[in-house]
Amino acid sequence: MTTARYERARPVAVMIERNLRIYRHTWALLLAEILEPILYLGSIGLGVGVLVGHLPGLGAPSVGYPEFVAPALLATAAMNGALNETAFLMYNRLAVERIYQPILATPMSVGEVAVGEIAWAVLRSVMITVGFLGVIAVFGLVASPWVLLGVLGAAVIGFCFACVGLLVATWVRGFPDFQFVQLVMLPMFLFATTFYPLGVYPRPVQVAVECLPLYQAIQLLRGPALGQVDAALLLSAGYLLVLGGLALHWGLRRLRRILSV
Amino acid sequence: MGILAQFVFCGYMLAVCGGAVRLSGVSVSSRTSVVSARGLTKTYPPGKAGSAFTAVDAIDFEVHSAEAFGFLGPNGAGKSSTMRMIGCVSPPTGGTLQILGMDAADSGKRIRARIGSVPQDDLLDPELTVGENLLIYGRYFGMSRIAIAERSAELLEFARLTDKADARVQALSGGMRRRLTIARSLMNTPDLLLLDEPTTGLDPQARHLLWERLFELKRQGVTLVLTTHYMDEAERLCDRLVVMDHGRVVATGSPRALIDTHVTREVLELLIEPGTGAAVAARAYGVADRIEVLADRLLCYTDDGERALARAHERGLGGLDALVRRATLEDVFLYLTGRSLIE
Ligand SMILES: Nc1ncnc2c1ncn2[C@@H]1O[C@H](COP(=O)(O)OP(=O)(O)OP(=O)(O)O)[C@@H](O)[C@H]1O
Ligand SMILES: [Mg+2]
Repeated sequence: MTTARYERARPVAVMIERNLRIYRHTWALLLAEILEPILYLGSIGLGVGVLVGHLPGLGAPSVGYPEFVAPALLATAAMNGALNETAFLMYNRLAVERIYQPILATPMSVGEVAVGEIAWAVLRSVMITVGFLGVIAVFGLVASPWVLLGVLGAAVIGFCFACVGLLVATWVRGFPDFQFVQLVMLPMFLFATTFYPLGVYPRPVQVAVECLPLYQAIQLLRGPALGQVDAALLLSAGYLLVLGGLALHWGLRRLRRILSV
Repeated sequence: MGILAQFVFCGYMLAVCGGAVRLSGVSVSSRTSVVSARGLTKTYPPGKAGSAFTAVDAIDFEVHSAEAFGFLGPNGAGKSSTMRMIGCVSPPTGGTLQILGMDAADSGKRIRARIGSVPQDDLLDPELTVGENLLIYGRYFGMSRIAIAERSAELLEFARLTDKADARVQALSGGMRRRLTIARSLMNTPDLLLLDEPTTGLDPQARHLLWERLFELKRQGVTLVLTTHYMDEAERLCDRLVVMDHGRVVATGSPRALIDTHVTREVLELLIEPGTGAAVAARAYGVADRIEVLADRLLCYTDDGERALARAHERGLGGLDALVRRATLEDVFLYLTGRSLIE
C-alpha cells in the first residue's frame, strides 16, 4: 500500500529532483523573485504609506499601509513564481529544448511529467513565501501570527497559477506571445486590490475585481496576515483550487495531444 | 552464368543464411519474437495547411530475440516514425504492435522500462551537465543512486566523456553529444535497444567502439533494432533488415539474401566524365544485365564482371577507368529505392 503510493509519487519526485539540480546553477533567480516584492514594499508600501497613513475601512486601527500591502505583494510573487515556472519554462522545454520527448521514452508518463513540474512550481511559491515572510518579520511588518497560514495559502496560489501556466504553455506559439500574458498579468496586478481596498470601486467594478484569481489569492493571504481568519478564506481557497483543477485538466489534455504524435 | 545456375546459387545462399541465425547464436531453438508488427500504420494529423499524411503504411515485420534488425530506406521513408512507435512514444494509428510480449497499445509504461532508445535528434537535457544527464535519466527509470553512479561511470568511460562529466551539454561537439545519447540509452540495461542512425556524426574510432559494444550486447542476448544510411554498417551489423520506401516495406531478408535476390553477383564500374552518363550508357547497352547511371560512374550489373569488361572494351569503352567488384547492399538499396534507368 505505502510502496504503491511511493511508486506513484516517485516520478513526481524525480521531476522535482531534476529542477533542484538546475537550481544549483540558477539559485540567484529565486533570490531575485524574493527581492522584487520587497523592493515594491520598500517603495510603495513605505513611501506611499507615509502619505496614506492609516487606512480607513479596515477595522483594526493598528493596521498600517505597509502591513496592508505586504500580503498582496506576497500573493503576486507567489503567483508570478508559479506561472513563470510553468508557462515560460515548460514552453521552453516543450517546444524549444524538446526535453520532454526523451523523458517520455522512459517509463514516465505525460501526466507524471506535468504534475511533477507543477509540484516544483508550488514548492517554489512556498520558498518565495517563506523568504518574503522572513524578511518582513525582520522589518517588524507582521501584524499577526496567523501570517504563517500564508505558507499554506501560497501553496494553493502556486497550484492554481502553475496549472494556468501549464495551459498557457500549450497555447503559446513563440516567445513574442508572452507579451499577451503580460497584458493580462500587469493590469490584474494593479486592479486586484493590491494597493487599496475593494471599497474604493463602485459595486459593479467590485464584482469584476472579485472574479480575478489574483484578488482571491490576495484575500487568502491578507486575512490571516491582518489577523482576520474566517470562512471566507475557504471560499477563496476553493475558487483557486477549482480554477487550478480545471486548468490542469484542460492543459493535460492539450499536452498529451502535443506530445504523442 | 546461366539463369538456371544463378537461381540455384541464390537458393543455396538463402538456405545458408537461413541457417546462419542459428549458427551464430547460442543455438536459438525457438526464435521468440521481441517485436511483432501487423499492418502497423502511422498517419500524422493534418497540420495548419496540409492534409493528413501516412508516413508508415500498413507494414508487417518480426524482430527475433537477440538479433540485430535494421531499417533501411531513403529520407522520409518512415524509419524514424516506425522506431518511435516501437519505442512506445508515438501511438500507432492502425494495426497491432506487440513488444516484449506486451501490447504497445496498453502496456507502454512497462515496455518502455525495458527499452533503451537513441532518437535521431539527440534531445539531451541542455539545462543539466553531462553527468547529470545520465543521473537524472537513470532516475526516470527508478534506478537507485548507487546503481546509477556505477553505471554512469562505466558508460562515461565507454563514451570517452569521463573528463567532460561536469561540462554543459552545449559545450560538447556533435559527435560527443551522439556518444552521450548512446550512453544514456544504455543506463537501464535494456533488453531491447532502439538506435535511430546511431553512428551519424561519429568519427571512425567511435563508430568501431560502438559496433564492438553492439556485438557484445547481442551476445548477451540484447535485441537491437537500428536504422542507418551507411550500407556497409548495415551489412556488417544486421542479421536481417527491411528496406522501406514511401512508408512501405519493399524487401526483407538478411543482407546476403537481399544481395542475391535483387542484384547480380558482380558489378562493373566504369568511371565517366560527369554529364556524359546517358551517352556512355547508350554505348554500353547490353554489356551487362542492367546499367545504373550515377553522377561520375556507370554501374553495370552482371554475374561475370571480367566478361562485361571485355565487352565494354569491344565497344570502344576501353579508355575509361574500370573496376570489377562484388555487389553490396548499396547496390540493392539503389535498385530498390532509386529509379533504375536501363534494364
Ligand atoms: N511529427 C510529424 N508530423 C507530421 N509529419 C511527420 C512527422 N514526423 C515525420 N513526418 C513525416 O513522415 C515522413 C516519414 O518521416 P520519418 O522521420 O519517419 O522518415 P525517416 O525514414 O526516418 O527519414 P530520415 O532518413 O530522413 O530520417 C516524412 O515525410 C515526414 O515529413
Ligand atoms: Mg529518421
